[in-house]
Amino acid sequence: MRTVLVDVARRHLLARKRQTLVSLSGIVLGTGFFLAISAMMQGSEADFIHRLIDNSPHVTVQDEFRNPRKQPVAELYPAALVQMHRVKPETETRGIRNYKQSLDYIREIPGIKASPVLLGQGLVSFAGKDEALSLNGMVPSDVEEVSTIGSYLTEGSLRDLAGNPDGILVGSELARILSLERGESITISATTGQKHTFKIVGIFHTGRAAFDQSQVFLALKRVQALLNRPNRANEIVIKLADPYSAQAVAARIEGRLGYKSVSWQEASEDIMSTLALRNIIMYSVVTAVLLVAAFGIYNVISTVVMEKQRDIAILKSTGFHARDIQVIFLTEGLFLGLLGCGLGLPLGAGIMWGLGQLNFKFPGTTQFNRMPIDWGWEQFAIAGAFALIAAVGAAWLPSRKAAKVKPVDILRGAGA
Amino acid sequence: MTEVLLRAERLGRKLEGDVPVTLVHDIDLEIQRGEFIAITGPSGSGKSSLLYLLGLLDQPTSGRLWLEGVETSSFDEDRLADIRLARLGFVFQANFLLPEFSARENVQLPISRRGKLDEPAARSRVEDLLASLGLKEQADKLPHQMSGGQNQRVAIARALANDPSIIFADEPTGNLDTAASAVVQTILKDLARKQGHTVIVVTHDPSFAAQSDRTIRIVDGAIA
Ligand SMILES: Nc1ncnc2c1ncn2[C@@H]1O[C@H](COP(=O)(O)OP(=O)(O)O)[C@@H](O)[C@H]1O
Ligand SMILES: [Mg+2]
Repeated sequence: MRTVLVDVARRHLLARKRQTLVSLSGIVLGTGFFLAISAMMQGSEADFIHRLIDNSPHVTVQDEFRNPRKQPVAELYPAALVQMHRVKPETETRGIRNYKQSLDYIREIPGIKASPVLLGQGLVSFAGKDEALSLNGMVPSDVEEVSTIGSYLTEGSLRDLAGNPDGILVGSELARILSLERGESITISATTGQKHTFKIVGIFHTGRAAFDQSQVFLALKRVQALLNRPNRANEIVIKLADPYSAQAVAARIEGRLGYKSVSWQEASEDIMSTLALRNIIMYSVVTAVLLVAAFGIYNVISTVVMEKQRDIAILKSTGFHARDIQVIFLTEGLFLGLLGCGLGLPLGAGIMWGLGQLNFKFPGTTQFNRMPIDWGWEQFAIAGAFALIAAVGAAWLPSRKAAKVKPVDILRGAGA
Repeated sequence: MTEVLLRAERLGRKLEGDVPVTLVHDIDLEIQRGEFIAITGPSGSGKSSLLYLLGLLDQPTSGRLWLEGVETSSFDEDRLADIRLARLGFVFQANFLLPEFSARENVQLPISRRGKLDEPAARSRVEDLLASLGLKEQADKLPHQMSGGQNQRVAIARALANDPSIIFADEPTGNLDTAASAVVQTILKDLARKQGHTVIVVTHDPSFAAQSDRTIRIVDGAIA
């Protein structure tokens, strides 16, 4: 009996080939673009987050507190109203106190790699030109574990950095501007008046021009000396085996140590919400595309229902139920949806492949990239599901109308 | 030995509206199994409306109707549809085949919907029906590829598909030429006379009505 209904549905569509093809092409295009656009957006988002996770610490423990510390007098009289003017931060002791103890605690957390960093400013003078530098003082043997800078080295290696206490890694842009090469020396001065000469043991190229010009990596001990801050670190950078546990880990560390601990999600909150907004916009647009396609389907099935009043009356007078009639027209929607998927998903895959061949340049980068495309089955499933829902949804109203046809109304009208 | 197949008691059908219309008014009627009944009357007198009520296609606004002893006025739409499918067959004036389906498929439709016969049994029943109505050659043709008379014979075959108790025909020869009319009339008469079916026919043709067991004349929605 099912097959009878399916058969009627099939023949209704086959009897109207041109109309069916027009509405079908609508859903095919809708599905194809839905898939391609959503795969592209998701691909670029995943790629972006991937880079974010790779290139930034998963958690950064900073040498400050999220909320100002309570003054001792306020702790002493919790019920009292305490007012204090001009509380001066302890500039001298800025930095993470006893960072080695903190590190010991952090390193007990499973799946964690942590390393102290001292960040500071420096200057390099060359041919009468001053270049400001961001000094990344790190423990050379830890660099590989907590940073991806090693993977961007075009010359030299991290081992050279570990092997030479006066070694330094500089970016390709800085090397270009100062005409520096690997093996050459560079003298860096700090605001403390200290100066030290380093040997370039590696050159990195990340593609981000500003980064490649300003960042240098060198031994923690040397930066401590340059800045006159022995035994201090102002950050502990952490990489996690599971980057998505960063928020929990950050909260745990902050709860224990008191220092502000920032997960990568928190650090890039604005970017994450931009991505979410982008997703909303994208899904609105592609859903609108499918909605238009659904109107095409609504149109063809409504037309069939209008034209087939007499056939509906025949079926009902023969003994078909209202439900059977509804199933017939819903099946027509389902057919169009399935065909739309069957042709639209390959079309979308074709567009995705085409987009994947394109090379383009992100703003602020110096190299070309392939368009990242998400080829995951979820993309196909979502596009297919939307197409089917749109098609069957579009068939819903006309099918209800068809189910309600009273055979005697048609028979009377036909003059029988 | 007679058996009352269909019984109507003060059966009525009104249309509500700005100007209420009475289609059928207080019909009392008994039809025996195997009877061949003709319903006649002027155009617009309510013959079709009565037939729709008797055939459970329409529901009365007053009175009661028994089919094989079962009172049907409280049945819902699906239940009535099931009765039509299993026990009633309809032939209308013209063009009441599904245009995308061949003669064979049109006849098979009610059998498939009912689902009581397996596929081979259903197919052989369809072939038998088509053959008995002289449609062997037409089995694969679509309705528009056949004459009006052939179409009407396919419609009769379809009405017979589930071996119904009653065949209803509403002016089945109204659109046919004399020769085709004669064929269709003979078939309907034989269904009653030779095969023992109960046949109720609305007709304008006095000579056809004259061949029936009983003629019910309707004027202004009531038995005259
Ligand atoms: N939907 C309707 N609205 C108003 N009047 C109707 C409607 N359907 C039928 N009628 C009227 O009801 C009367 C009976 O119609 P019908 O049963 O078709 O008569 P017959 O079959 O004897 O020609 C006719 O006068 C017809 O015009
Ligand atoms: Mg009539």
